[in-house]
Amino acid sequence: MKLLLTFSRKGQYDPGREPVIARVVKETGVLINVEKANIDSMAGEVLIDVPDADAALVRRRLEEMGVSVRVMENAVARDEAECIDCGACISICPQEVFSFDPGWRLRVNAERCVLCGRCIRACPHGALSQQE
Amino acid sequence: MEKSLDLINARIRDGSARVVTADEMPGIVDELGEEGALEEVDVVTTGTFGAMCSSGAFFNFGHADPPIRMERVWLNDVEAYAGIAAVDAYLGATQEADTKDRPYGGAHVLEDLVAGGTVELRATSRGTDCYPRRGITTELLLEDMNQAIMVNPRNSYQRYNAATNTTDRTLHTYMGTLLPRCGNVSYSGAGTLSPLVNDPGFRVIGSGVPIFLAGAEGMIVGEGTQHSAGGGFGTLMVTGDMKRMRQEFLRAAVMNGYGVTLYIGVGVPIPVLDTRIVRSTAVRDEDIMTEVIDYGTPRRDRPSMARVSYADLKSGSVEIGGETVRASSLSSYRGARAVAQELKAWLEAGKMELALPTRRLDPAKRAKPMRETAVAPRVSDIMNRQVISITEDEEIRVAAKRLLKDETNHLPVLDGNGALVGIITTYDVSKAVVNDGRLKQVKDIMTRKVIKTTPDEPVDIAAQKLEQNNISALPVVDATNRVVGILSAIDLGKLFGGRRRR
Repeated sequence: MKLLLTFSRKGQYDPGREPVIARVVKETGVLINVEKANIDSMAGEVLIDVPDADAALVRRRLEEMGVSVRVMENAVARDEAECIDCGACISICPQEVFSFDPGWRLRVNAERCVLCGRCIRACPHGALSQQE
Repeated sequence: MEKSLDLINARIRDGSARVVTADEMPGIVDELGEEGALEEVDVVTTGTFGAMCSSGAFFNFGHADPPIRMERVWLNDVEAYAGIAAVDAYLGATQEADTKDRPYGGAHVLEDLVAGGTVELRATSRGTDCYPRRGITTELLLEDMNQAIMVNPRNSYQRYNAATNTTDRTLHTYMGTLLPRCGNVSYSGAGTLSPLVNDPGFRVIGSGVPIFLAGAEGMIVGEGTQHSAGGGFGTLMVTGDMKRMRQEFLRAAVMNGYGVTLYIGVGVPIPVLDTRIVRSTAVRDEDIMTEVIDYGTPRRDRPSMARVSYADLKSGSVEIGGETVRASSLSSYRGARAVAQELKAWLEAGKMELALPTRRLDPAKRAKPMRETAVAPRVSDIMNRQVISITEDEEIRVAAKRLLKDETNHLPVLDGNGALVGIITTYDVSKAVVNDGRLKQVKDIMTRKVIKTTPDEPVDIAAQKLEQNNISALPVVDATNRVVGILSAIDLGKLFGGRRRR
C-alpha cells in the first residue's frame, strides 16, 4: 500500500529533521520502500510503499511523530469518457503503470504509480488526473 | 476471376455482401488463397483514429438583420478564416483561442458543436452600403447553421514516421512527449487497418469515393496536401457533413508543449474487384515498415535511428542501436477497429454503396521541400570572430583580468591542443572569489559541459539553445572542436540591425 507522508518544517516540533522513517523501520521491523521524496526548506512530501498488513501500524507510528499520512489508493485516475485508448501514456511512464488489454483498451495499474505526473501532462485528451 | 462494382453494390443492396475488416483479410487469404478470397469477400473495411492536425470546417451562419459582411470571425474566441464571403468562415482545428487561460482551439469548437453545445459567434466588419452592420455576437448550435461542412485538407497518412529523441532533454512534439536519450518511441497509425496501406497503388481509393468520416458518411475529395505517395506518404483530402458526425469519432486534443489538434476517425471501404486488391488488402503489420526518426535534430531532414514494422511497434518495444526501447502509439487502435467495424455494419445493412474514383490519385507523386529564396541566416553570418579564450591551467585571476580587459562575460576554455574543453563566465569567477579562495585554476571552476554551436547552424536553432539553457553565449566550434567564434545574445541583434554579412 502506498502512503503519502507530508510534514511541515515550520514551528518548533519538526519531524522533517528527525529520521522518522528510519525510526519506524527500526521499531516495527516493517520494510519501507521510499518511492519519491520532495523535501524543501518549508515542507516535505514522501511517498512510501509498505506491505498492506503493516500499513495501519506504520501509519499510526508516523502520525504519533507528527507526520500526516494519506493512503494513496488510486494515485492516478483515468476518466473513461475522455480517454480514447491511444496509449500516449504508455511509453513515457517510468513505472509501467499503463498497458493495453487484449482488446486494445487502456489498462491502468495504479498501484505502481509514484505520482511523477508525467502521464497527466502527456495525455492529449486530458483523461488522467492525480488523486487530490 | 474479376468482380464488378455493380455486382458488389447489388449484394450490398440485398444484404448478401460479405464484408470483413482489413485485419481479418490476411488470415482469410491464408486459408482460401487469393482466388478463394476474391470469391468469398466483397468489401474490406479499413479504419484509423488518430491526431490529424490538418482538419477543419466551413460554416455558413445565415444572414443577420441588418446584415453584416463578416471580416473577422471568432467562434468561442478561436479565430476562423473569414476572407470567403459575407457569412462564411473556415475554422481550422489547430487555431488556438485568443484568450489563453486554458488550452482551447478550433478542435475544441468542432467537438463542442458535434456534442450539441452552443458556441459564441463574434464577428466584426467595416460596414458597407449593402452590409451596414459592424459587429455581431450571438450563440449558435450546430443545427442553427445552414452548413457545417468538414473539409480536411490532409488526413489519413499512408504511413507515418515513428519518433524518438537522442538529445539530453525531454521534447514536446506533435508526436507527443519524447524522453531524453531515446527513452521512448511514439508512433501513429493503425498498421494493417490503415486505409491507404490497403491500396498503395490508389486503384480504388480516389476522388468521389464514399468513406466513413467521424461517424458520418463522407467522401474523398482527392489527394491531400503534401501527398507524397511516391515515398509512401500519400494523404487524402476528405469532406463530410459535420451535422451527422458523432463525438465518439471526433475528439479535440492538446499535445503538451505543442498545441491543439483533432483526433478523427476515418475509414475507407475497399471493393474487392480482383486478386491484386486481394493481395494489397492482405497486408500484415509485419509488412508495413516505417523509420524511427530522431526528433532531436531540429532540421527538416532528420536522421533515421531504426527501420521497424508496425508489428514491432505494436509489440510495445523496438530495438534502437541494440537497446530495447518502449514504444507506444498516439492514435487509438481500438478506435480504428471501431471505425472499420462500424463501416462494415453500414455496408452489411445496405446503408452505403461503393463508387470507383472519378479521378485517380497519383501513386508516384512526391512532395517537394520549400524553395527558399533567402537562405535562413547561419551562425557564421552574425557570430563574433574575435574570440578571447583561456587555457585550463591558467590561474583564475588571469581569467578575471581577461574578462575585465576585454569587456566580455564568457571565456571559452581550451586544452593544450587548442580544443574547447569548458567555459567560464564572470559569474563563475565571482563565485570562486566569494568562496574561500581554495580554487586556483580555471579548470577548477569551469563548466565542462559546454553548450555550443557550429558556423553552419541556423541562427534560429542557436537562439533556441540560448533560451532553453538560459545562457547568453555559445562558443562556435569547427569539426575539430576548435573555437572559431562566439555567438552572444547581442550578436542576435545584428539580424534586426541590418549588419549581417551577406
